[in-house]
Amino acid sequence: MPAGRVLLHPLAKPAVFLASLMPLAWLVWGAAADRLGANPAEYLERSLGVWTLRFLCLTLAVTPLRVVTGTPTLARLRRMLGLFVYFYAVLHLLAYAWFDMGLDPGDIARDIPKRPFVLVGFTAFLLLTPLAATSFNRAVKALGARRWQALHRLVYVVAGLAILHFFWMRAGKNDFAEVALYAAILGVLLGWRVVQAVRKRRSPGRAAARRA
Amino acid sequence: MLIQPRHDGFIHPVPSEITPAAGYHGRRELLRLLAAGAAGAALAGWAARDAFAQVPRPGKLAPLAAARSGVGGAATMEKPTDYKDATSYNNFYEFGTDKDDPARNAHTLRTTPWTVEVEGLVKKPARYALDDLLKLGAQEERIYRLRCVEGWSMVIPWVGYSLSRLIEKVEPQGGAKFVEFVTLADPKTMPNVGSRVLAWPYVEGLRMDEAMHPLTLLAFGMYGEVLPNQNGAPVRLVVPWKYGFKSAKSLVKIRFTDHEPKTAWNKAAANEYGFYSNVNPLVDHPRWSQATERRIGEDGLFAKKRKTLMFNGYEQQVGQLYAGMDLKKNY
Repeated sequence: MPAGRVLLHPLAKPAVFLASLMPLAWLVWGAAADRLGANPAEYLERSLGVWTLRFLCLTLAVTPLRVVTGTPTLARLRRMLGLFVYFYAVLHLLAYAWFDMGLDPGDIARDIPKRPFVLVGFTAFLLLTPLAATSFNRAVKALGARRWQALHRLVYVVAGLAILHFFWMRAGKNDFAEVALYAAILGVLLGWRVVQAVRKRRSPGRAAARRA
Repeated sequence: MLIQPRHDGFIHPVPSEITPAAGYHGRRELLRLLAAGAAGAALAGWAARDAFAQVPRPGKLAPLAAARSGVGGAATMEKPTDYKDATSYNNFYEFGTDKDDPARNAHTLRTTPWTVEVEGLVKKPARYALDDLLKLGAQEERIYRLRCVEGWSMVIPWVGYSLSRLIEKVEPQGGAKFVEFVTLADPKTMPNVGSRVLAWPYVEGLRMDEAMHPLTLLAFGMYGEVLPNQNGAPVRLVVPWKYGFKSAKSLVKIRFTDHEPKTAWNKAAANEYGFYSNVNPLVDHPRWSQATERRIGEDGLFAKKRKTLMFNGYEQQVGQLYAGMDLKKNY
């Protein structure tokens, strides 16, 4: 299969890596060139949040796409994309802490519990941290595949919290079109997994054969 | 006598920040000309200019001449926000909920002909054509701070006159305790009217003493020119000590009532937006702090946000309106 073959090329991963850095490069250029509108801080903060969500969708799309299209080599990208979720989440949090809170630990500690939508976003970030920290091969071995997988199912909780964070943030303007779009994408990606799990439970043999 | 800077109310930057470099270089150039005895015609221009407003015109729309205002607090020394920022980043939900929507969509607004109806508990109800309303008072330049409830702020040189001019003209009846401001809601020219974000038309209101305060401005222009559509053309309200949304845009009706008007944002979320909505760093919005603000175009990305001032820095002028009131309850 040609698409699968492309992903085996030695430059495939570096290419995806560079492409994943493009949003950041674009934002940095925009900030330097004063092209982000009247409130660049707000623009950066929001864009970094949206890119976190986009990478979350991409990461969660890897397995369904791999199975549905029969492209096992797609799995090569999953870890990198997952780490980019964390990368953009860290930048999003940093933008909030720096631009909004002036990096004042006291102000941040007071602000997070005061605002439910910030608390939800921060919780999602905290839950992502152990996933990023156990992404390398040795961690998988140390934990054992089963426990590692159980831990990494936290990403489904993170997806829910991310949508709630976005929804709450937009609630002030009753403007939910974009929220609904991302909720629908994540809903399909998570729904597909539920369907798979149910099928697997009904006929374990067939599911195992499918996965092989 | 030693004059101590006050740290409790107005925060004025150093003079070198107040006066743009071009300004004081210009003055130095003038002095040089004077010294050389070559001022002549240049001085005539300077003298003529002096009586008029100070903020340079951007040259985008029709000029609206204005004299400097003598009203207390009406000319902050802070640097006016760039015209580009003030006209491309604002809220005007009739044209969309994103802050670049008004600038993008408001070109469809038709501002001629335009009338403002004054009705309710007044002895002389009237229907003013815009031209008559413009001539009702002498146009003044008022350089006000503007603090949005969302946590950002600007400094805008408005052109208009105190709303009290109009109120005196129409003679409110004894029972008139509040003023209601109704704005245009035309689904044909305003794409977001009909969305469920707010109840249309957008309605705002003031208590009579607030409406009569000399700082409360009926504005027809900004930066020495008529108002751009996206900023509430052709006539709007500006109440500098309240959050920006109280300053209703594109007014079509001013109604005097005996009861507190039901305002648009209060109807949408009463626990978040009260009738008064005075700028108050001590009373947080339920979803964010109001203690600080980001001055658009002034504060760098990594600068700490500036402290929000009580009544947006107009406490000296308007504080007595709220003497004895619990501002936490009457947010």
